Amino acid sequence: MTAIFRREVASYFKGMLGYLIAAFVLVFAGIYTMAYNLSGVYANFEYTLSAIAFIYLIAVPILSMRSLAEERRQKTDQLLYALPIRLSDVVLGKYLAMLVVLAVPTLIMALYPLILSQFGTVSFATAYRALFAFFLLGACLLSVGLFISSVTENQVAAAVITLVAVLLLYFMSGLSDFVSTEAPASLLALCLLVLLFAVVLWLLSKNPLVALLTAAAGVGALLACYGADSAAFEGLFGKIMVQLSVFDRFYTFVDGVFDLTAVVYYLSMIAVFLFLSVQSLEKRRWSE
Amino acid sequence: MTFFLYSLDIALKGETGLIEVSHLTKRYGGHTAVSDLSFTIEKGRIYGFLGPNGAGKSTTMNILTGCLGATEGEVRIDGHDIFEEPMAAKRKIGYLPELPPLYTEMTTEEYLRFVLQAKGVRRSEWESQLRSVMEKTKLFDVRGRLIGSLSKGYRQRVGIAQALLGNPEVIILDEPTVGLDPAQIIEIREMIRALGRDHTVVLSSHILSEVQAVCDHIMIIAHGKLVASDTAENLTNLLSGGMTVELEAKGSESEVRAVLDGLDGVAGAAYAPGEDGTTRVTLTPAEGVDPREAIFKRFAMSDVPLIELRKDKATLEDVFLELTQSEPDLAQKEAKEA
Repeated sequence: MTAIFRREVASYFKGMLGYLIAAFVLVFAGIYTMAYNLSGVYANFEYTLSAIAFIYLIAVPILSMRSLAEERRQKTDQLLYALPIRLSDVVLGKYLAMLVVLAVPTLIMALYPLILSQFGTVSFATAYRALFAFFLLGACLLSVGLFISSVTENQVAAAVITLVAVLLLYFMSGLSDFVSTEAPASLLALCLLVLLFAVVLWLLSKNPLVALLTAAAGVGALLACYGADSAAFEGLFGKIMVQLSVFDRFYTFVDGVFDLTAVVYYLSMIAVFLFLSVQSLEKRRWSE
Repeated sequence: MTFFLYSLDIALKGETGLIEVSHLTKRYGGHTAVSDLSFTIEKGRIYGFLGPNGAGKSTTMNILTGCLGATEGEVRIDGHDIFEEPMAAKRKIGYLPELPPLYTEMTTEEYLRFVLQAKGVRRSEWESQLRSVMEKTKLFDVRGRLIGSLSKGYRQRVGIAQALLGNPEVIILDEPTVGLDPAQIIEIREMIRALGRDHTVVLSSHILSEVQAVCDHIMIIAHGKLVASDTAENLTNLLSGGMTVELEAKGSESEVRAVLDGLDGVAGAAYAPGEDGTTRVTLTPAEGVDPREAIFKRFAMSDVPLIELRKDKATLEDVFLELTQSEPDLAQKEAKEA
């Protein structure tokens, strides 16, 4: 794992990408700190972080697109398969290297509350909790990006699909407001979600039977639950979306709450997507 | 007792090969790339996989090195199953895929150091291994250059260097000379021959002369099946004892037939009319018999002038063509039966 990790970090910082990501994040962090904290005279750095969360829409796809898709295109994945290293170590090494790249601007941003404290009283606790959650949010999105990079054939496709995925996550709770809170609407939305999942499963596994069974089982279970207690479905879709929303979890920290469930949620998301990435590499070895 | 066990151990090890492949099958969807392949590779020799493009050479090599899963069958590297104990098995193998897996943004030395670390070589051995491998592959001049800026020949050598690191027992090279110019090809071949002294080498090629020039043992693969596996010499002897006798005599077919009638040690004869009233005959002698002397004496006694008499040795090319081309009919037949 160390070998992969060191190679990846070196390649990020020998090329432009590492610096580009750091500069990109810092430019927006700088502008928003300027506008919110210095001009707007707010002592809350967490508001700035909450306002710049959208930069992950760009930073995450650019940082993660290359990681595994490029190995495949350059046929260097053959080396990774032939070397006596576990695929989980490959994925972990690559992921940790991306975290290092993300950590660089995060650490620089850690200086901002200190600078701001020169001009007034800053609540360091909330500021650093929010920064910690900001980093976790990025880490979580990067694991999604890494997984998408592992299933795509080239980095452009990986970037576009990751962008769409992050975009959906970004607007997820907002979009769910448009779904009527009535029980039948919730049922319909959840059924559509199950079908979407089945389609994705079908595309990834190329096994129509499994996808069909999943769809049938999911929709069947939903209908059964609806038949048993239709009142429970009122507003359910919105609630689920909010629970699942990666960004909403971060906003809790911005409000000054250290939410342990959110930390657990982020870490589980990361674990799931890293696991899926390993599986995707493993599967490629068996089907290609 | 200990001595007995020790010698038993040696005896057992002596029987098993370094690489043992049994009943290997790989299917992609409906297409069978490798079908029920079984062979053993023994220590200290250079093996050549020979077959036309698409015969399943790369697939086989990818499975041997753990880059690809198999549909059925078993691969053991020095006793370690490549699917069950991949770590132990992969440590014994150095692999150069068809396209050298190089990170173009790294320098040669950085890349080789990365591979050393990834192969888990002890840090104290890095410098000595790096030096010996760069010496073997003549990479000292380009150690500081970006791999992206190297020529194809140098890239191939970096690929071979990568395979050699960690001093694995088997070196597997997939089409090591493809796309190189003649001078580079000769250079790489010499390098492979030198490697054969310290390692077991398995290489694949669709070029017959290359395999013939470099390898001790040739395995011919066609349509995912092993159609022949032997030394180059034995393979050439495989076809009709390896020899035919061609002769041309001035006379009609019946006259020539009369002369040759009842000649000992001839398994078969084919007659064809030649130019200016001559007759050409291709004789297939029985194994280990050279009937030329007897033929000469018979013609000398008869009134039919013998114009030409020569021995033809079947070349490896003939073996290769016969073995690889007869197969599709067979495969089609099988498909129809199924």
